[in-house]
Amino acid sequence: MAATEILETNKYLSFKLDNEIYAFDISQVREVLDYTEITKVPKMPVFVKGIINLRGGVVPVVDLRKKFDLPTSENTVNTCIIIMDISIDNEKTLIGALADSVQEVMTIEPDFIEPPPKIGTRLDTEFIRGMGKKNDKFIIIIDIDKVFSVGETYMLQETGEYRGFEDASQEDMDKNIDKKEIN
Amino acid sequence: MNETNFNDIFRQEADELLFEIEEAVLEIEENPDDIEAINRIFRAVHTIKGSGGMLGFTKVAQFTHVLETVLDRLREGDLPVTKDLINLILRSRDHVKSLIDSTSGAGAIDPDQEEILLTQLNDLIQINEDKNTRNDSGNTMEENLSKYSPKAFIYRITFKPGKDIFRSGTDPGLLIEELKSFGDHNIILHYKNIPSIDVLIPDECYLSWDIILTTSRTDDDIKDIFIFVEDNCELTIDIVDELTEGDDDKEIKKIGEILVERQVISEEEIKNTLNDQKRLGELLIEKNKVDYDTIETALAEQAQIKKTREKHREEIKASSLRVTSEKLDSLVDLVGELVTVQARLSQFSSIMDHSELLSIAEEVEKLTTELRDNTMDIRMMPIGTIFSKFKRLVRDLSSDLGKGINLVTEGAETELDKTVIDRLDDPLVHLIRNCIDHGIETPSVRKENGKPETGTIYLSAVHKGAYVVITIKDDGAGLNAEAIREKAIEKGIIQREATLSEKQIYEIIFAPGFSTATTVSNISGRGVGMDVVKRTIGSLRGSIELDSLPGKGTVITLKLPLTLAIINGLLVSIADTSYILPLATVEECVELTRDYSDQSKGTNLLNVRGEIVPYIRLRDHLNIKGKKPSLEHIVITDVEDKRIGFVVDKVIGGHQTVIKALGPVFKYVKEVSGATILGDGKIALILDVNALMLFKEH
Repeated sequence: MAATEILETNKYLSFKLDNEIYAFDISQVREVLDYTEITKVPKMPVFVKGIINLRGGVVPVVDLRKKFDLPTSENTVNTCIIIMDISIDNEKTLIGALADSVQEVMTIEPDFIEPPPKIGTRLDTEFIRGMGKKNDKFIIIIDIDKVFSVGETYMLQETGEYRGFEDASQEDMDKNIDKKEIN
Repeated sequence: MNETNFNDIFRQEADELLFEIEEAVLEIEENPDDIEAINRIFRAVHTIKGSGGMLGFTKVAQFTHVLETVLDRLREGDLPVTKDLINLILRSRDHVKSLIDSTSGAGAIDPDQEEILLTQLNDLIQINEDKNTRNDSGNTMEENLSKYSPKAFIYRITFKPGKDIFRSGTDPGLLIEELKSFGDHNIILHYKNIPSIDVLIPDECYLSWDIILTTSRTDDDIKDIFIFVEDNCELTIDIVDELTEGDDDKEIKKIGEILVERQVISEEEIKNTLNDQKRLGELLIEKNKVDYDTIETALAEQAQIKKTREKHREEIKASSLRVTSEKLDSLVDLVGELVTVQARLSQFSSIMDHSELLSIAEEVEKLTTELRDNTMDIRMMPIGTIFSKFKRLVRDLSSDLGKGINLVTEGAETELDKTVIDRLDDPLVHLIRNCIDHGIETPSVRKENGKPETGTIYLSAVHKGAYVVITIKDDGAGLNAEAIREKAIEKGIIQREATLSEKQIYEIIFAPGFSTATTVSNISGRGVGMDVVKRTIGSLRGSIELDSLPGKGTVITLKLPLTLAIINGLLVSIADTSYILPLATVEECVELTRDYSDQSKGTNLLNVRGEIVPYIRLRDHLNIKGKKPSLEHIVITDVEDKRIGFVVDKVIGGHQTVIKALGPVFKYVKEVSGATILGDGKIALILDVNALMLFKEH
């Protein structure tokens, strides 16, 4: 399947995050890996968990739970990493997304996809393509490209701050010219 | 899998040829007598014309045809090598390049330029044609031939009369006389067959003749002369050469060729005899005109020049095999993977501690190392490839500005990774432009200051350890520290009260938007150059430094690592993550005990053998959670002559491995410049010491 274009297929790979069902457009999914050790990269926003070694190449892994402000949970034997093709600033690259478990490949006709709701919480609807309805269940279809939208990376560069940055105290420290030691 | 079409191949080859042409033209500017270089230019233009015409690049073929005609005149010696001619050839070369580029959509043709060039080229050809027709110093053969119009033949006539020809009352001499009257002739009498007098029969003919005759008469006319003795002799009439109008410069046959044609002697024998021929040097010695030693040294000089020229050309040509960069890159990637897996094999085998497995792993390691070294070597190219283009740049630019500047290069054979060379191109061009524009003064100013009117820019490249050091030195005006300081204050880059060392003032030049040029030319002065240069050098993991002596000149030193792909690093760990610090920057490792660090709370300074060294706690800096161990280590590095320490948990050891880029997701994480896969499959992050240090200073 061509990795460059997002073809108009109606097939999606569904997966579970914190007992909710989400889905990715199957044309962007490359492979699904078992959970493997993730090396943390400093100074990255919280939802970027780190990088993994994929057959000698380095692939970043995001934790969508953090992106959606969902509570964290323990990894289980079903936890896996979904490797996808994405575009950041017109540069093609790979990205991995953590999932509690992978469900199935399903077909959802466009008629059965509704526009994303404005929930009003910090859940950013920018990266929800739509709400698919299947068997009386709602499936949140995610646009993985929007996870690293231009605006967000720009903000990171400018201020060095990033919403969702875990350690507020660290932020304060950065603003200080005199560094104080922290134990 | 042949995907490249012929047009692409033509363009690539044309690029190489145009490069050669430019080089050779600059060579003949220095040495107008360099026939070899002139021939090179001619051949290159001829090839472009030929292949271009064949593939349908008609405009290119038409233009190069005119250029080729001029070059032909040049190599015949009919045109003097003047500066105007050199400029014309260079501009024509540029025009050919733009013609070829425009076919791939990369640029437009300037029709006016083409017209101007064609007019100038045709003028040169016309001058010469007029010269030729008026020229009286042509071959006498030619002149004589013009008397015989329209056609003249050269015959070779062999006449061997029968033995009893006298008895029939024929006097062969009379026949010969008749032949002579037909035209210019050359008669050779063969009398070898005359026996000694005691056996000689007086009325027998032992003679034969070879006659070379130039005449417009036909061979029937000649046969008519011998009509009465036809049956009593051996007669051959061959047309050796035809001369028609306009055939002036057909090559005159060499003696050997004529003999071979006559079947008197075989080519083989000619070759052998020629080899027996004594060389000029030997003959001169024999005649005592010159002594042996002088000849020896002259020969040695000739051989040397030949060898160096060839070597020079080989180096510049760089490769005799054309491979696309993608193929090479994928090969390098694969080798990198192999290195990684081999590291895992070695590690595993040492754990297993099986002797057979260990020895196999060792062999694999040896082979992999060699394979990696060889592959890395393939990507290495001599820097001379870009040095040559600078010669042209200096020439053109200095004459545009009315300054006399000489470019001296050294170390053109120094090899660098191809990708590094490609990215060095623009920065070096910018730096050299600066030297020419701002550095070297005009000839009058130089004369006033007692300097030679021609300035010199000295460009050198040399290997130093794991680095290549490129130096750009000029004997110009040097950097004006005061002007820089003033401008910096004006732009708010520094405070008026700030005291800065000279070196620090020079560094300001690299700040974005800075430029002391009062006028902006399209050469330099926009202030966007130096900071881009510094950034590009930085992205190659190199460094750039300025030094200057006002009135005397400026020295720019670039230091670049030999290859982008592999790093020699010091493996350290903090918490359970591994990091790598570039080994080239590391000086020493020191312990840091808990007590000590508690004592010096807030200062982050360490006393190392009397010297104060500041340090950065990487745990804090990189936001690493967890408890510090009681015993930590400080890795002291030297970055641009500043010593700084980094606190880590453990220092594991040296590690050499392939660098993996992190990708666009991590574009803005300055402190981490890449990652590498360790032997056990784990990832270690490569830290950028420069970035870490800069951050501290804020």
